[in-house]
Amino acid sequence: MTSILAQAASKPPAVATSSLVVLAFYLCLLLALALFSSRLFRGTAKDYFVASHSIGPFMLLMSVFGTTMTAFALVGSTGKTFQMGVGTYGLMASSSGLIHAACFFLIGIKVWSIAKRQGYVTQIQFFRARYESNGLGYILFPILVLLVVPYLLIGVIGSYRVIGPLTANKFPEVFAAYGGSIPSWLTGIIICGVVLTYIFAGGSRAAAWANTFQTLVFMVMGVVAFYLISEKLGGLAAASEQINPGHLVRTPSELTITGKAGTFIRELGVSPITFLTYMFIPLSVGMFPHLFQHWLTAKSAKSFRLTVIAHPLCIAIVWVPCVLIGLWATGVFAPNPSPAWSPAAKGVLGGLPDSSVGAVLSVTLKFLISNPIIVGLVTAGILAAIMSSLDSQFLCLGTMFTNDVVLHKVGHDHFSEKQTILIARGFVVGIVLVTYTLSLILEKQQNVFDLAIWAFSGFAALTSLVIAALYWKGSTKAGAYACVISVAATWLYFFIKSGGHEYTVGGVMPVAICFFVGLIAMISVSLFTKKPSEETIRKFFH
Amino acid sequence: MKTRIIIIVFIVFAVMHQDIWNWNDGHLVFGFIPVGLAYHAGYSLVAVVFWSLIVKFAWPTDLEKWAEGSDSD
Repeated sequence: MTSILAQAASKPPAVATSSLVVLAFYLCLLLALALFSSRLFRGTAKDYFVASHSIGPFMLLMSVFGTTMTAFALVGSTGKTFQMGVGTYGLMASSSGLIHAACFFLIGIKVWSIAKRQGYVTQIQFFRARYESNGLGYILFPILVLLVVPYLLIGVIGSYRVIGPLTANKFPEVFAAYGGSIPSWLTGIIICGVVLTYIFAGGSRAAAWANTFQTLVFMVMGVVAFYLISEKLGGLAAASEQINPGHLVRTPSELTITGKAGTFIRELGVSPITFLTYMFIPLSVGMFPHLFQHWLTAKSAKSFRLTVIAHPLCIAIVWVPCVLIGLWATGVFAPNPSPAWSPAAKGVLGGLPDSSVGAVLSVTLKFLISNPIIVGLVTAGILAAIMSSLDSQFLCLGTMFTNDVVLHKVGHDHFSEKQTILIARGFVVGIVLVTYTLSLILEKQQNVFDLAIWAFSGFAALTSLVIAALYWKGSTKAGAYACVISVAATWLYFFIKSGGHEYTVGGVMPVAICFFVGLIAMISVSLFTKKPSEETIRKFFH
Repeated sequence: MKTRIIIIVFIVFAVMHQDIWNWNDGHLVFGFIPVGLAYHAGYSLVAVVFWSLIVKFAWPTDLEKWAEGSDSD
């Protein structure tokens, strides 16, 4: 077994020009599909923002699932498993299967029904009407945008973590200053450029088509990568036998690592209280503005049925292989490898600092898979997962800015349909530029997974707002303000204290505290303040 | 009654998610999948069954009809 690993790890980098050709072909195919879907574009603002409520069950499942699975699922899950062990799946994947589906069933369908009846296209329109307050929209808008931006960043930075290691030493002359690999600035331009092109072409409809295609690609490629890596390691049993024992259990322990980045201690496992309070994180889907927009594209409430049922299964199909690859990598790139192993195997990932564990999947691929076509295809799958989230996030920010700020201020009849779409596109370009710049600044500093957890925590804590809006007639405008402000304040406090890294309060995830602070603020203030009008209650409760 | 059963089953699910009995167990199921992962992968599949039953027996049909109407209804 050791000889197989040593042999695999000492191989020269497998990436070849053909890998890049496969990637280029994939991106062209994606653009072609999006341009095809743009022929179905009806040219109206409603079609651009919510695809005229025409998306059926299968495309809704694929676009909702593709949107929730980003760099976080493929790159982050493998890296986090390599970092802390087998508990990664239980922390996020299995709880998500239960709670995401609950959010789609209890929040998604109801929001779709009200929005369809009242003609809302954004989350903020919904809250403004429910709580009879323009000001609430102006408070929510910057908060939602600021929470989406880190989420965008994990996608863009995730693409750097994939393409950089994969193309190392491939272009020694052209990119000598970057170790011969494609530099991050170029990867960012390509990824953002492709996504921008297809959402410009057809808005929500193009995003739904592209997401369906990309979700199928990353699901299939995840399974393919899993199969090929297991074969290379001598089969499933042989691959699992060499997992570092500390990674097989959830009991917290420490691992001393000596590698390229020096000697440091890595904490393995997870405490029961952290594991329990992590269950609040998947509540975030209840408040993702981009998911809200996807829900509104549904043709009918029945379209949600497949999404509710199949979502946990899709999560398992993607996450189980990724977590196993992360576990196998602990043996392949052991922190303190056996002296019998080749020098190339030693410290390749063993000494990798926590801020860079996002590279585990691509480095494992590069060292174990020799067929450049396969490497190209699997990498395309990873990029597909990343882009299928970026598109919805870009689109929703443009939609929110246009509808909740510009049109809300000047009136819906002030601009033509074409001008309205142009405004949305302009704002998206601005957000892309900000995200791109921030991604290059933060690239070397942030663990993709940690950034995602902070973004998810903010959205999850705000879920008490949407639950109260939908299920409690007595929740009031003042209660909504109290909820949003208290969540924002507690989230900001913990975020600053943590420096943006992983952080708990005596083992409790901050998201649980922020959620309860918001919920208590909503309940206590609503009980003593003016109730919404009868007309509003009739609009929102049937 | 139906709502109560669903809430109870949901709480049972949330409790079962904690699987403290697997915390320090590192053995491999079927010779390759760590028990902590096998349990939660199985949990995901049971969640599929749970949501299938919810969709079949507790689908909000009235909400669907309401959505198709307008405020004047």
